[in-house]
Amino acid sequence: MLARLASKRLLEIRQAFHQSPQTVRSLSTALNYHIDTPDNNSKAPWEFNEANKPKVSEILSHYPSNYKQSAVIPLLDLAQQQHGGWLPVSAMDAVAKVVEVAPIRVYEVATFYSMFNRQKVGKYHLLVCGTTPCMIRGSRDIEDALLNHLGVKRNEVTKDGLFSVGEMECMGCCVNAPMITVADYSNGSEGYTYNYYEDVTPKRVVEIVEALKRGEKPPRGTQNPDRINCGPAGGNTTLLGEPKPPPCRDLDAC
Amino acid sequence: MGLGSLASRALRSSSSSRVLSTNPRYNLIRTIVSTPELHKPEAAAESASEPDLPKRTPVAGARVHFPNPDDVIEVFVDGYPVKIPKGMTVLQACSVAGVDIPRFCYHDRLSIAGNCRMCLVEVEKSPKPVASCAMPALPGMKIKTDTPIAKKAREGVMEFLLMNHPLDCPICDQGGECDLQDQSMAFGSDRGRFTETKRSVVDKNLGPLVKTVMTRCIQCTRCVRFASEIAGVQDLGMLGRGSGEEIGTYVEKLMTSELSGNVIDICPVGALTSKPFAFKARNWELKGTETIDVTDAVGSNIRIDSRGPEVMRIVPRLNEDINEEWISDKTRFCYDGLKRQRLSDPMIRGADGHFKPVSWRDALAVVAEVVHQVKPEEIVGVAGKLSDAESMISLKDFLNRMGSNNIWCEGNEKNQDADLRSSYLMNTTISGLEKADCFLLIGTQPRVEAAMVNARIRKTVRATHAKVGYIGPPTDFNYAHDHLGTTPETLTAIAAGTHPFSATLAAAKNPAIIVGAGVFSRKDNSAIFSLLNSLPSKFKNLITPEWNGLNTLLLNAAQAAALDLGLVPQSDSLDSAKFVYLMGADDTNLDTLPKDAFVVYQGHHGDKGVYRANVIFPSTVFSEKEGTYENTEGCVQQTVPAVPTVGDAREDWKIIRALSEVCGVRLPYDSIGGVRSRIRNVAPNLLRVDEREAAVFSGLFGGGGGKVSAVPFGVTVENFYMTDAITRASKIMAQCSALLTKK
Repeated sequence: MLARLASKRLLEIRQAFHQSPQTVRSLSTALNYHIDTPDNNSKAPWEFNEANKPKVSEILSHYPSNYKQSAVIPLLDLAQQQHGGWLPVSAMDAVAKVVEVAPIRVYEVATFYSMFNRQKVGKYHLLVCGTTPCMIRGSRDIEDALLNHLGVKRNEVTKDGLFSVGEMECMGCCVNAPMITVADYSNGSEGYTYNYYEDVTPKRVVEIVEALKRGEKPPRGTQNPDRINCGPAGGNTTLLGEPKPPPCRDLDAC
Repeated sequence: MGLGSLASRALRSSSSSRVLSTNPRYNLIRTIVSTPELHKPEAAAESASEPDLPKRTPVAGARVHFPNPDDVIEVFVDGYPVKIPKGMTVLQACSVAGVDIPRFCYHDRLSIAGNCRMCLVEVEKSPKPVASCAMPALPGMKIKTDTPIAKKAREGVMEFLLMNHPLDCPICDQGGECDLQDQSMAFGSDRGRFTETKRSVVDKNLGPLVKTVMTRCIQCTRCVRFASEIAGVQDLGMLGRGSGEEIGTYVEKLMTSELSGNVIDICPVGALTSKPFAFKARNWELKGTETIDVTDAVGSNIRIDSRGPEVMRIVPRLNEDINEEWISDKTRFCYDGLKRQRLSDPMIRGADGHFKPVSWRDALAVVAEVVHQVKPEEIVGVAGKLSDAESMISLKDFLNRMGSNNIWCEGNEKNQDADLRSSYLMNTTISGLEKADCFLLIGTQPRVEAAMVNARIRKTVRATHAKVGYIGPPTDFNYAHDHLGTTPETLTAIAAGTHPFSATLAAAKNPAIIVGAGVFSRKDNSAIFSLLNSLPSKFKNLITPEWNGLNTLLLNAAQAAALDLGLVPQSDSLDSAKFVYLMGADDTNLDTLPKDAFVVYQGHHGDKGVYRANVIFPSTVFSEKEGTYENTEGCVQQTVPAVPTVGDAREDWKIIRALSEVCGVRLPYDSIGGVRSRIRNVAPNLLRVDEREAAVFSGLFGGGGGKVSAVPFGVTVENFYMTDAITRASKIMAQCSALLTKK
């Protein structure tokens, strides 16, 4: 009896340890070192296109001429938009040339920020918030729904090149958790959008993906029809009257 | 910081507590006496603040220099008052007070990063421990380095550092000289709480010199800062963030710096270690010999670590005036050339053209017979670029006794002025270059000719944005420079004041002009030197009582001493020579030598000189002999034998002394002391070891006038990694020149 109990308990303990360890969360889309591929190598020529060149000089004009390197993040962002959502190493080299620093100083910045994708992403890069409030509200299920629907792994691009799914840190929408972000690189840097879709459900994200596939632009913001922005479902329940002025001050006298 | 200093700290603190207990003030029974202190409380406060603790000595002889007496502030380190200049950090204040703060990322010669947090100390009225390396000391600051808070902070930091650090000390080359090992013994906990999986990082390929085991890296960024600040190559960076952070180059890139080996020394853990030294020896089984380097004219201070008869590695030694604490890759990694292609027995070339080992007696007899058959004016002696002063004076004395004065040292040319020391020395001194605010480099590529001098110029340019003008062929610089031209005519224009750089030079307070030793071999060298001689009259600041800005940058270790000893050729041609004595001379062109000339090669390596030799005398390399060398700034230093000689080899001066006896012209010295007494008669400055003897007549550059030619300046050192017999024999240097030199 005791032996059976003990063995049962042992099995439980063993199972607890055998639980598949949490998959490693890779926030960035790439490794911290570069591997040459045909579409991503230092020899491939890359430069800002004619439409973006005025933007480059506009960005540079925000900073003193002796601190050109301050422009590295906005320029990387612009380069990423121009290059369909990701930064090949030659684009980083081009930015380094513009801000007049050694390429490694640009690589440092690009590898630090997970929003810079150093690997190919889809035209619509879907980013699922994985931070605690969203996770508690079911972001793992949303990610699974997306991955299953698209038939890809995380940071993998679908065969048609339209979608890729990644994870990101808190975007400050915790009140409407869970949320995903759709970075839309389908129209270059002019039509670039970065929209939040909040209060999503596994069913709703699939609908959003299908709408995007059809070329529609689903309305951004909360996906709960009962809510307006981040107000409560079914209208406000509190703070209904006019706000009272602070008792210490007569606002009318101002 | 070693364990020894930690142990001594522990001893010191226990002795100080003993002093406290014997102090009468702390006795329980006190007699009541009326003292002035009772009547004057402020006086009492003063005397109370006076510490009666034993005086501490600053860490590693840390010195305080007060540039401005008004900027002195006083801080208290563990209760000891210490006076420091304004702007010092808390960590520096502690080292002046004799407290060594543990650190990983902080390095005296690099910018402050403040990211390892190991140097946390408690500061009174500060809510949390402060990183002492990045915190400027403020007046009256009360720093506490031994309190429970400071200890706990260190222990916590250590636990975090060890979290992802592999437990591979037994197979790590840094073991035994690892900062992390030492400091975790001294400040760490005996257990950690980390139970997750340790991270691992992909190793990087930085070239044939630096081996990387990036999993061991603790992200102190010393190597990144060294590469970008001292070496001037922007290759290394900190990639990624958080626990995924790693040091790397991002794209596959070798570290192509001539100073890359120094990252091995500054890495506090075993992440960057020496590739040639990997798994060869443990540092505690090595015998260190403090000596100097002879592969260039800088005379970098090194320590040769040897095990038995083998040189295992070379590491730098601190000398603020010459190499600070860096050495070039050539200095550090040429050591495998010391054991390859060595000549171990005297040899005579037989009739069949092959060398046959013979006894010393036979070899000397053959040479003595031949030397008496030639006319004195047909005898020529050439000292190699690695020769020490003792052997050069012996060779000169010997050939003089044979009736010839046709003897010179490689790199020195016929028209050269050996009478004026200022014409061949770096008169500004290497450390003096830091005061310069304008450089003019003429026909010299300091990066390959003297990497440590180049590092000094780079340091100055970085610190003060000094202007650098360069006349010579296009070359690599790791600092901003103006390429003014390629021919001496540019120099003529500067001297005449028609060149835009003349205004820069005239406006400079401490201008420094550096002429490369490659200029010696030019046909118009005397014209160039007389042109340079005219510069001080045009640029008044070039030579003042406090400043001498006219410099020559020599190429070889033997050059300065050879000129001091007067080894200047009467005629530098070998056309009519019948007897040539090559003392380690491998870079002398022997093409014009008559076919029937008899060549004696005395040297340590089977290098170029051996091909033409008739007799070989094996001699010793710098790691096996005691020899005097004078570096390019005129500082005399001596090598110390670290390992025994190879085979039947003898020291150079002994061979010549023996030969002179067989020839019947016995040299009057039997010991190295005797040779040095002889040197005293010729060049007494060569006996003042570790001292720099400045040239007496400053600003006299000699030169016989004439017109400069339009021939562009040439490249003096084609391959940085292979310049002499030792480096040419080295396998590591061969790898470097194959992989790292610019094609």
